Amino acid sequence: MDTSTHQPVQQSVAERLDPHTATTPLGDWVRELCDAPDGGNLLSMTINVIIIIIAICAFSSLTAMVLVWMERKLAGRFQRRLGPTRTGPFGLLQTAADGLKLFLKEGFRPNASDPFTYYLAPLLPLTGAFMVLAVIPFGPSMWIADPELGLIFISAIAGLGVLALLIGSWGSNNKYSLMGGLRAGAQAISYEVSLILCFLLIVLASGETNLLNIVEGQQGNFWNWWIIKLPGAGFIAFIFFIITSTAELNRTPFDTTEAESELTGGFHTEYSGIAFSMFFLAEYVHMFIAAAIGATLFLGGYNAPFEFLPDGWWWLMAKSYAIIFLYIWFRWTFPRLRIDQLMALEWKFLLPLSLINLVFAGILIAMGWIL
Amino acid sequence: MESYSLIGIFAILGILYVGGAILVSRILGPKGATGEAAGKKFQPYECGIDPTGSARIQFRIGYYLFALVFMVFDVESLFLFPCAKIFNAVASPDSTLPEAAANIGQGQILIELLVFVSILGLGLIFAWRKKVLEWE
Repeated sequence: MDTSTHQPVQQSVAERLDPHTATTPLGDWVRELCDAPDGGNLLSMTINVIIIIIAICAFSSLTAMVLVWMERKLAGRFQRRLGPTRTGPFGLLQTAADGLKLFLKEGFRPNASDPFTYYLAPLLPLTGAFMVLAVIPFGPSMWIADPELGLIFISAIAGLGVLALLIGSWGSNNKYSLMGGLRAGAQAISYEVSLILCFLLIVLASGETNLLNIVEGQQGNFWNWWIIKLPGAGFIAFIFFIITSTAELNRTPFDTTEAESELTGGFHTEYSGIAFSMFFLAEYVHMFIAAAIGATLFLGGYNAPFEFLPDGWWWLMAKSYAIIFLYIWFRWTFPRLRIDQLMALEWKFLLPLSLINLVFAGILIAMGWIL
Repeated sequence: MESYSLIGIFAILGILYVGGAILVSRILGPKGATGEAAGKKFQPYECGIDPTGSARIQFRIGYYLFALVFMVFDVESLFLFPCAKIFNAVASPDSTLPEAAANIGQGQILIELLVFVSILGLGLIFAWRKKVLEWE
């Protein structure tokens, strides 16, 4: 999808919400194809939706593949190994081979488990991931849905992942799973509080809850990004966002939920084959989503760092992958936190400081002390 | 509503994607032993030992306490969203806010924000002192 022709989005929200006036190069092409001068007959809309569905399916599968490869390769490098090298050039096909292998495994359910909840759990994380991917603005004319309450929607959908862990762990009827699921629940709801406070800071600063408007508000040079534009408060909020999103993703140093050495994998102990790989896939898609939201809110989304450079999806990708590199770096550098340390970090450090940071940002804005 | 119906399509898509993958795996994958021949394959995994008792065990009350504190702060942040949303709009001259919000200043919102956050902060300090936040 080529988006090099950038027109600044100055339309009203009502105009943008109308799929007939919202133009993408692909959408234009589809409209010409269907020969619809009004630009809105049923056929073109159906084709549009089908293209979007294929794009999102392909994108999330590919993202997960690339991220798993990247993680294994980087992990190798951090530990002075080579990482995967045998399958394909630079081991690029390693994840494809692994995925194919998981497809060819026998799928079975332990006798003691509850069938409904056991099979419901792998559905939820990827469904949530798809719903959030639909909201992220990838480029100046490249978004799928643009709800007015985008940020609140994202924080609501973030709860779906917790639900999946709790349902899956209870449905497996295994003591390790239950312990892992409960820990995951406690951890995820705790860190969600300061994650939402990070979102609130951006809403306070930009006056928008719509993701596209937030990105459009950061146009221009890199000092218009909220991380720099809001002196101090923006940077602190960005650091808090990185910490809390790492915890929300259940990644090391916050992976007490999986804790291979204590809980033998936690909530997914009883899952095998493709059902397990769906959790795994969703985990990596969620990692991209978290990085993309961080880039959208704090690092200007698809906006170029300098005015003279063209805006586009490549900037969002570059920024997201920079944040993903950080997540992977954390995982292979820090030791796992104990669960009591983890809870203390959230409730006694991050939450009070986030509240203070929010008020601090309010004072900065009221005084006009923004760049 | 257009955008939410599009998101709804993606919710269905997610279910189809995962369901389809599980179905394809069922067709492609081998059919292993069942019944007597399967031995302990379908047993819950407990490091190779036969499981003792039900897995639906009692767990610590601490989880509920954290859930309660979470509820307080989650609802609080939802209340703060509208406040944050109009914070910039009240200061700009060409705001489209309704009449009732016309003579609210940024300072007033800021003070209200401060009062709201400090009441919650007191709640947090109370929970802290009562050792709700300790995890033994």
